[in-house]
Amino acid sequence: MNTRTLPLFVTIGIFLAGCLICWVQFPNMASTRVLGNLLTDNAYLGIVAVGMTLVILSGGIDLSVGSVIAFSGVFIAVMLRDTGLHPLPVFALLLGLTTAYGACMGWLIDRLAMPAFIVTLAGMFLARGAAYLLSIDSVPIAHPFYQTLQNAYWLMPGKGRLTLIGVLMLLTFVLGMIVAHRTRFGTSVYALGGGEQTARLMGVRQGRTTVLVYAFSGLMAGLSGIVFSIYTGSGYSLATVGTELTAIAAVVIGGTLLSGGAGYVFGTLVGVLTMGLIQTYIVFDGTLSSWWTKIVIGLLLLVFILLQKGLLHLSETRLAARDA
Amino acid sequence: MVLSIRSLTKIFPGTRALDGVDFDLRAGEVHALLGENGAGKSTLIKCLTGAYQRSAGTVRLDGAEIAPTSTVEAQDLGIGTVYQEVNLLPNLTVAQNLMFGREPRRFGLIDHRSLRAEARRLLAEYGLDIDVDRDLGSYSVAVRQIVAIARAVALSGKVLILDEPTASLDAREVQMLFKVVRGLRDRGLGIIFVSHFLDQVFDLCDRVTVLRNGRHVVTTETDALDRMALIEHMLGRTLRDEVLHNPPPDRGPRPEMLRFTGIGRRGVVEPFDLTIGKGEVVGLAGLLGSGRTESAELLFGLRPAQTGEARDESGKLDLPGPRAAIGHGFGFAPEDRKTDGIVADLSLRENILLGLQARRGWMRPIPRAEQNRLADDYIRRLDIRTSGKEKPIGELSGGNQQKAVLARWLAMNPRFLILDEPTRGIDVGAHAEILHLIHDLVDQGLSILVISSELDELLAVSNRVIVLRDRRHVAELTGAAISGEGIMRAIAATEGAPA
Repeated sequence: MNTRTLPLFVTIGIFLAGCLICWVQFPNMASTRVLGNLLTDNAYLGIVAVGMTLVILSGGIDLSVGSVIAFSGVFIAVMLRDTGLHPLPVFALLLGLTTAYGACMGWLIDRLAMPAFIVTLAGMFLARGAAYLLSIDSVPIAHPFYQTLQNAYWLMPGKGRLTLIGVLMLLTFVLGMIVAHRTRFGTSVYALGGGEQTARLMGVRQGRTTVLVYAFSGLMAGLSGIVFSIYTGSGYSLATVGTELTAIAAVVIGGTLLSGGAGYVFGTLVGVLTMGLIQTYIVFDGTLSSWWTKIVIGLLLLVFILLQKGLLHLSETRLAARDA
Repeated sequence: MVLSIRSLTKIFPGTRALDGVDFDLRAGEVHALLGENGAGKSTLIKCLTGAYQRSAGTVRLDGAEIAPTSTVEAQDLGIGTVYQEVNLLPNLTVAQNLMFGREPRRFGLIDHRSLRAEARRLLAEYGLDIDVDRDLGSYSVAVRQIVAIARAVALSGKVLILDEPTASLDAREVQMLFKVVRGLRDRGLGIIFVSHFLDQVFDLCDRVTVLRNGRHVVTTETDALDRMALIEHMLGRTLRDEVLHNPPPDRGPRPEMLRFTGIGRRGVVEPFDLTIGKGEVVGLAGLLGSGRTESAELLFGLRPAQTGEARDESGKLDLPGPRAAIGHGFGFAPEDRKTDGIVADLSLRENILLGLQARRGWMRPIPRAEQNRLADDYIRRLDIRTSGKEKPIGELSGGNQQKAVLARWLAMNPRFLILDEPTRGIDVGAHAEILHLIHDLVDQGLSILVISSELDELLAVSNRVIVLRDRRHVAELTGAAISGEGIMRAIAATEGAPA
């Protein structure tokens, strides 16, 4: 087994252990209702985390996504209020916009050889500012098509509701896995994360890959914005502050190396579900403050960072032992 | 002739890195490219791999003139390169590395099954049976080298350049690699082999080309060449024109000041003993890559030694790092002055006072008047030529920069100075001044270890010369035995046949 798959198994192990603890304490939690809500409540986070996984795998970071989600919500709400357009063309317009936005950031990162941190930080302020520019207040969305979307669900056995946005998230993860593991672009992303210089020597088109990976993240942020607007039924420029950091946390808890080059899209799904599970546990408990979510996530992050350091050390010593 | 290079010239601002070099590579031969630092080996290779564009001359591959502008283009043309630092990705699997950019696809998606099958088939040709699904990083450097070679051959298939591929391999792994290389030669590839290890060159290569100072010196069959002649070619002197030199004055027996015993580090330098007398100059000789600089770094604590200890007259010295070494009165003027020696943007005064200030601690700044006095003093004593002590040191000439580095150590009043290539990149006039300075310092009781590729320089200053070969200290020459011939014989001696 490769050492880089170990974090994935640890992630899955932690998630299963978490499920077990929940089930022992609150047997009612083992229901399709909880599962349905878990998927629905975390849909927007999961989708944006798919994009973030690819960005982090490539050795970058995208801090703009939280603001882009907020911008998307406001953009959709204002467009639907002020123009007579149907939501579908608005969605298409928005996705084109956020994809281009991501591509621009990727282009700047590559061309100016600037740290992704700085460029996407600027992108974060810009998108948030643009959202304010459109509307400072929360704008409700009252289009009948939205009602249809919000009420679209499949009834699972046990009366759990598998909502449209929950399914959309799962499909996004499937897409992410195909892109990351089954395309040459995906291999190039891993290669860039493994070492830029070497990747170039091996024939990776660095500029193209960088632009594409941030464009993909922009696309996912836009999609996440659509899902979030369906979820909340409104657009608000102050929404999803800090979501980019939650997404990064989900990626790291999912076992992806923050320095890039190693990790799995599936791990991120488990990471997102683990974070959702903690939240659900706190809701079920009823006496705990919701801040405990943050504390547990903080601890989990710490555990994973230590785990990755430990693994790195382990594989080095093992290699050294073999060479000796 | 698979590759034919005629009067290849590469000019950088201020230097001719390559000057009209001719080089031919036959199909089915291993051709060694040898030369000391700055001889032009890496420039030649970079011109072939597209990392540099040549200034003049022709390069013909299979009769057609080529001028690659990138490594990828050179690869497509048929020139593959494997470097000492393996240029593959440790975080991808062996199969992914082998097939990168050429993954078999079905319906637009990578077909992992045929990817693995193809990778296994490729490696089988090299007699390597490993799990291609494991990460490349989990295998030893030798296996990674072979994977890199397999990839390069599969991509290019005409010319294979091996740039010091054996530098971090042990003897068994070297043989494993050589077997692969011989197999490729028999398949008709032209292979260029760059190495500092002469034993390996004689073992593996059919022909040898020596470069020196950017010029072609000689190309000959390996069988027709003996070691001594090869080293003469590389160092650029013959025993017949042995230059008369003024040996340093014999200062009589010197009291021992420092004694290092069994200092070594695995894979860097084998354990060695070294004593340094008070007021003595010890020279370290050897070819590039023989472990000269590494020895000095161990002595200074720049690389922690795994074994051995250091003592002076008062007892054992701890050398966990440079800071402790400086505390014991050691100084080290590194080989790469521009990156390790000077802080180019700071003024001459600041550079001279850097060490002293660091030792005092940054909370107690040296008063400006004192700084000026010290700087002026050293500028005068070492004859540093500058328009003023506030000039950024990066604007001074190499010789004056080196003097400033020396001044920095002298200001700290050391007892033992290590000078690694003290005259590298310094013009002839300043060269003599630096050597003169070394004599003066020794007269004042300082002990100095000099590392140099220039034999004449070592002969001119050393009271004793230690010769290194293949990361080992192999000989120690004193008194009348110190001669160019003696040093070269010690370098050339093979195992079991000491000089």
